[in-house]
Amino acid sequence: MSTGLVSAAYIAAAILFILSLGGLRNQESAKRAIWYGIAGMALAVVATIFGPGVYNVLLILLAVAVGAWAGTSVARRVQMTEMPQLVAALHSFVGLAAVFIGLNAEIMLQSVAGFLAGNGYKTGGEWSEAGLAWLATPDGRAWYDGLTGFGQKLAMKDAVEIAILKVEVALGIFIGAVTFTGSIVAFGKLAGQIDGKPQKLPGGHVWNAGAALLSLILLIMFVNGAPIWTMILVTVLAGFVGWHLIMGIGGADMPVVVSMLNSYSGWAAAAIGFTLGNDLLIVTGALVGSSGAILSYIMCKAMNRSFVSVILGGFGGTTGPAMAVEGEMVPIDADGVAALLEDADSVIIVPGYGMAVAQAQASVAELTRKLRAEGKNVRFGIHPVAGRLPGHMNVLLAEAKVPYDIVLEMDEINDDFPQTDVAIVIGSNDIVNPAAQDDPNSPIAGMPVLEVWKAKTVIVSKRGQGTGYSGIENPLFYKENTRMFYGDAKKSLDQLLPKLA
Amino acid sequence: MKIGAPKEIQPGEARVAMTPASVKDLAKLGHDSVVESGAGLAAGFTDDAYRAAGATVVDAAAGLWSQADVIAKVRPPTDEELDRLTADKTLISFFYPAQNGELLERAKATGATVVAMDMVPRISRAQKMDALSSMANIAGYRAVIEAGSNFGRFFTGQVTAAGKVPPAKVLVIGAGVAGLAAIGTATSLGAVTLAFDVRPEVAEQIESMGAEFVYLDFEDTQDSSSTGGYAAPSSPEFREKQLAKFRELAPDIDIVIATALIPGRDAPVLWTRDMVEAMKPGSVIVDLAAERGGNCELTQPDEKFVTENGVTIVGYTDFPSRMAAQASTLYATNIRHMLTDLTPGKDGVLKHDMEDDVIRGATVAHKGDVTWPPPKPKTQAIAAAPRKTAVKEPTPEERRANELAAFKAQTRSQVTLLAVGAALMLIVGAVAPESFMQHFIVFALACFVGFQVIWGVAHSLHTPLMAVTNAISGIVILGALLQIGSSNLLVVFLSVIGVLIATINIVGGFLVTRRMLAMFQKS
Repeated sequence: MSTGLVSAAYIAAAILFILSLGGLRNQESAKRAIWYGIAGMALAVVATIFGPGVYNVLLILLAVAVGAWAGTSVARRVQMTEMPQLVAALHSFVGLAAVFIGLNAEIMLQSVAGFLAGNGYKTGGEWSEAGLAWLATPDGRAWYDGLTGFGQKLAMKDAVEIAILKVEVALGIFIGAVTFTGSIVAFGKLAGQIDGKPQKLPGGHVWNAGAALLSLILLIMFVNGAPIWTMILVTVLAGFVGWHLIMGIGGADMPVVVSMLNSYSGWAAAAIGFTLGNDLLIVTGALVGSSGAILSYIMCKAMNRSFVSVILGGFGGTTGPAMAVEGEMVPIDADGVAALLEDADSVIIVPGYGMAVAQAQASVAELTRKLRAEGKNVRFGIHPVAGRLPGHMNVLLAEAKVPYDIVLEMDEINDDFPQTDVAIVIGSNDIVNPAAQDDPNSPIAGMPVLEVWKAKTVIVSKRGQGTGYSGIENPLFYKENTRMFYGDAKKSLDQLLPKLA
Repeated sequence: MKIGAPKEIQPGEARVAMTPASVKDLAKLGHDSVVESGAGLAAGFTDDAYRAAGATVVDAAAGLWSQADVIAKVRPPTDEELDRLTADKTLISFFYPAQNGELLERAKATGATVVAMDMVPRISRAQKMDALSSMANIAGYRAVIEAGSNFGRFFTGQVTAAGKVPPAKVLVIGAGVAGLAAIGTATSLGAVTLAFDVRPEVAEQIESMGAEFVYLDFEDTQDSSSTGGYAAPSSPEFREKQLAKFRELAPDIDIVIATALIPGRDAPVLWTRDMVEAMKPGSVIVDLAAERGGNCELTQPDEKFVTENGVTIVGYTDFPSRMAAQASTLYATNIRHMLTDLTPGKDGVLKHDMEDDVIRGATVAHKGDVTWPPPKPKTQAIAAAPRKTAVKEPTPEERRANELAAFKAQTRSQVTLLAVGAALMLIVGAVAPESFMQHFIVFALACFVGFQVIWGVAHSLHTPLMAVTNAISGIVILGALLQIGSSNLLVVFLSVIGVLIATINIVGGFLVTRRMLAMFQKS
């Protein structure tokens, strides 16, 4: 396959990727769009393998086969509640691959440049007269044609281009390593293997800043000709930054972390694309990078926090004592809930991370089916940061076969609470906290919340009386029209279901 | 324990404190029920119905009072009934201790425990036993029905072949429980409903019931949170303003439902003689405050009469009793909830916990002591309303000016961003070689396309979006593919690993996305 054909395939692939992302505009077009993505990827990979300058095809096929087998088995087996972990794990792969490719690039550069400089074909990074003459001989031609596609590009670079290449290599390695360790920590936290609470070394972000600064110095040394150990050290330092940064963020901020890592994995791919001079990599990396950046922005906006404050970890910025909460929590039992639901015409369910933890989505779906069968208007209100992954709740509900047209976004449903008979809050806390609107001193003041308390009655399914992740008291639980339905969400709902006609 | 419900002695009282349904619920608490023969007849509950529910029916009041450990009734006890009360018994009924001081002394002397249903504190936990509210609700509803039966026209406006009928105009004074019930009933019958209350914070409730709140332009308005949600007497200036407003409304109003009461005082006179005289013939006034003197100057308690100018004034004081079946059902439920709180173990054993806010508040006599008035409850009835500062509606000019300013600010920030971006590009372009700039153009354009495309993605598809971007970021496989042919073994090794994990990403990412998307179903 000629270079021209490969380029054409790359253009087609880039367009297919854009269509694939754009198709996620709604559920129906998304089902088609995914095939665009698959087609684009297949096109790109096949064109590259059979394009010029690629060897060891057998080895490639073996690696692809093993990878495909592993990917398939993971994708088949993963539970929908485990999606956040899976996404984080996949990010780490991209990061690791970027590090490897970056290191390879440096090794190959040294070998090509070393050969050329050793024979005097290149002096000071520029082709010499002798070199050009040699390249024109059959010997030189054969040497050039024997190089990999990337090697040929390296051979042709001049001094400035090589300096830029080194910066790109260093960037790719740095971002890749941060993504790699950061995603591993995120995976550990989401899978529950690492404590989800924010943890930092004493001194906090001084360590990160120090490591980043050291990496910058190493980068400058590297560009000025220092050998590959500088890059290995950068890998280690960046790995430390990724680990320490994500260790310092926890709990409800995880959606931001995961989308941020998503963004990083894209930028890492783009940096590698620059290194290799491959436009498809650049385009795809930029698409993924901007996608992750937008998701992070949406998540931060939904928590009324700046991106920097999330990265720096922990809630903060209160200006005074929180408003005292008045009233008392009124408990209710399954019979009471059943009676309330029997009398209700309209019900809005607000699920949160607690629903995922309790694996209660099937029971919630069953409740929805029963209520809808009785002709009641049942809908879901989803806060952008509900769960541990953007859109996590939608996927869980879809898995439990809740039709997506009754699952609405916060902005779509917030005005409907006053006309709602019963709002059911299952495993969410901060996203329904009225203090965000009422108490200017609250740490979450100004965060957009679902106004469940405006419904005639609010039922809160909750394990105990404690506060949520953020440790903020929730005045909702003390409101006059709130009833507390204590217990594990799944068990409570399973108690409730038989009581409904 | 045995819970007994005697027949009400007061003439005309049709309610009863226990219904067959509540007998069944009491049995779940471990209580046996005793009912006096004929007690529920006026409310439509036969002795057989009680027997079927599991209660014992006794013939005479004397037998019931001696058998039962807890006596539940509606009206305050008469002297005769108090004589039957002994120290080991508990009486649950309306009592009005503030007005019935002498009765309270006599009750104390018996040594019995007396729980006054009218003294249940107004806190959310106690709403289920708030008999005053449940009775007021009925009274409000019945008042409108009573008005309708005395009113010669439709409530709702109609355009018929025989001509156009204007809707009735109803004014509800006092938007407590009864007032709100009246508003709800009147609006659902189709009347144009106005409502007035001295507490401005109820305006929202009034409007939510479909009535129009009559605003008074007055500075110093009441905050009812300090008085447990009830109205307090208003200043003379306020009263003047209020009466002037009513005088202005009177000629237009067809039906007045007056429900204004202030706890522990006579009802305020709000509808004066001249207002009645200003009303059209055929109009109706229903005065729910008649028992306490009436909100209307002309009201005769327990009477219905027509004034000289043809206005009917209804002063009945027994509205709940006029709907005895409904009233008894609700009252019996209130009593049952009270007993639920008194029987925490659900084992039929009464535990009179004087530390409990609700029980303490409702108990007026206990073990030979008068326990009224109760201390302030630990939980406040209603949270203090935050002082609202009036938000000024911007005028159209101001709004336009704001929009213009916002637009200008936006333009400024965009232009600044573009200028900074362009300057950066120029700097990069000045030093970087052409080969780099070509890739850089692609990169910048791809970022723009990415931003444009991703904004359009549905929020509900964010997880699939992440999975699919995961899959396509597996494109780094191209990098590994381009390097795998190297003659350096280390490079080959790293590339193979790169290809492998990137493939996991691609295949895993696409498959899991497909799995997720297939789950999204329309109803």
